[in-house]
Amino acid sequence: MTTDTAVEAVNAARHYGQGQYAVKALDDVSLSIRKGEFFTLLGPSGCGKTTLLRLIAGFETPTSGQILLSGKDITAIPPNRRRVNTVFQSYALFPHLSVARNIAFGLEMLGRPKSEIAPRVTDMLRLVQLDQMAERKPAMLSGGQQQRVALARALAPEPEVLLLDEPLSALDLKLRKEMQLELKRLQTETGITFVFVTHDQEEALTMSDRIGVMKAGKLQQVGGPREIYNGPVNRFVADFIGETNFLTGTAAGDTVRIATGETLAVPGAGQGPVTLAIRPEQIRIADDGPLTATLTQTVYFGTDTHCHLRLGDGTDLVARLQSPPSGDVGLSAGQTLRLAPVPGSVQVLEEG
Amino acid sequence: MSERRAKPFSITAMPGFATIAILAFVLLYVPIITMVIYSFNASNSVALWGGFSFRWYAIAWENDTVQEATVRSLVIAVSAALIASTLATLAALGTTRRKKFKGQTFVYVMINQPLMVPEIVTAVALLIFFAAIKKATGYTGLAYLILAHSAFCVPFAYLPIRARLEGMDLTLERAAADLYATPFQTFRRITLPLMAPGIAAGAMLSFVISLDDVIITEFVKSAGQDTLPTYMLGQLRRAVTPEVNAISTALLGLTVLLLTAFFLLTRKRG
Repeated sequence: MTTDTAVEAVNAARHYGQGQYAVKALDDVSLSIRKGEFFTLLGPSGCGKTTLLRLIAGFETPTSGQILLSGKDITAIPPNRRRVNTVFQSYALFPHLSVARNIAFGLEMLGRPKSEIAPRVTDMLRLVQLDQMAERKPAMLSGGQQQRVALARALAPEPEVLLLDEPLSALDLKLRKEMQLELKRLQTETGITFVFVTHDQEEALTMSDRIGVMKAGKLQQVGGPREIYNGPVNRFVADFIGETNFLTGTAAGDTVRIATGETLAVPGAGQGPVTLAIRPEQIRIADDGPLTATLTQTVYFGTDTHCHLRLGDGTDLVARLQSPPSGDVGLSAGQTLRLAPVPGSVQVLEEG
Repeated sequence: MSERRAKPFSITAMPGFATIAILAFVLLYVPIITMVIYSFNASNSVALWGGFSFRWYAIAWENDTVQEATVRSLVIAVSAALIASTLATLAALGTTRRKKFKGQTFVYVMINQPLMVPEIVTAVALLIFFAAIKKATGYTGLAYLILAHSAFCVPFAYLPIRARLEGMDLTLERAAADLYATPFQTFRRITLPLMAPGIAAGAMLSFVISLDDVIITEFVKSAGQDTLPTYMLGQLRRAVTPEVNAISTALLGLTVLLLTAFFLLTRKRG
């Protein structure tokens, strides 16, 4: 039994309905989340990430498989007896209780003495910077403040694992960025394992130690942000995390001949038909580049300029160039350019 | 040429709207205001004004029969409100805290039956039913009236409680469970306090409805069990004095007070 594992899902499945009409919200997922890590479940809506979170919280029971908490099987244990707390998407603050009473709720239910609860609540209020709001009712707080009460309430009982169900989705962009940093700080300070659910790839990349990308009830890839971004295992992951250009071609050892007839150097590409992924920021304009393309449009984004390009066979590509100080990259539509991917940046993907 | 714009239909722009509205309000309030004014009439007549006085309030206050009827009315109304709101709370918990089930509409109709069956029918049914029990047991106390009132108050208590529960976010109960509350603690600490305003509203509505009931009371009551409304009805058969006005005005005051409290409680916060 490994003690450095916080949560484990073993062949966990959750089906709705029966027989051929069953919907597999979660389809045989095995996953192990380490103690003290910030783990993100990332995927589009309906991919099963929230279902997996509910299985860990105990709001739902798996159709088959097991959930382990610190190595112990908790599959049949009700939510109120799991040392797991949740930050809900809607916050779910108790409207009839003050901020302080909301935060104290978990500790009260655990039967902790008052002498322990009061200082703990004070500490939590300070941790989320709401010292002045202790006696307010949730309805009197802003969205961002409610969010922080929800966090404090879930952290107060010092759970083994904190589950966060898209908690930032209701906040505006600026507040969301602030809360991302705040969450990371809280996680580092408390050392509690965070399991964070989101459909926002940027959020996942900036906060996580590791990310699990999900699609249609299945786990596609698990790895660190850099690993996922730079080495996506399949087309879905490459496409979901950041922008990507896809090229199809035929591999022959360390080169790939793409549909236009041009050849790219891709070390270890293997043999036969392949899909290649190249990130827009990894494409350079180079006179000796292997690809020839026509510039169809440039779009100015401030720091970057996106160049929309078309290859000889009609495949569209996007290259992201850093805008020069003048703001003008000095290219015009209709121009023919030679392109080169940055060496080592071309990914070979499995179909998926 | 001026631009023509299609205006949305508005009832307030129809000819005669103001006239009809004012007439309706006159019809609603003039009789009540007249009654209230004449309750302060010094003369013996309900129609001729003889100067301002609290005479009829004093007479009503000192009338033993009125006093007994008032106490009886209050005992029945309080008991019925308590019983009906308890039953309605259980019914609302049973019908809303779950997935939709077969026959849900049927259950709603069953619970709300007293709203739909003509009261006189319920009255006759209860009269016959209770007569049989009276014969068998020999008991002739207030329990029959309390039970009858509780029965027809249930839907009035049920509706605000159900509305309150339906508007409640189920995630709150999930959050409580997540924070180590047992199912009973969740009910005691979260669900019950949140539905309390609905229960209070239901109880108050029941109280008012019970206090004012004539038909069922008239049929079910045993000899000497007059409530305030049935006493007043009895008075009408003899000479009508402004005492009836005084009692009515007092009842009106109590009802307005309770209904105000009801609206304050059911009003959404925020």
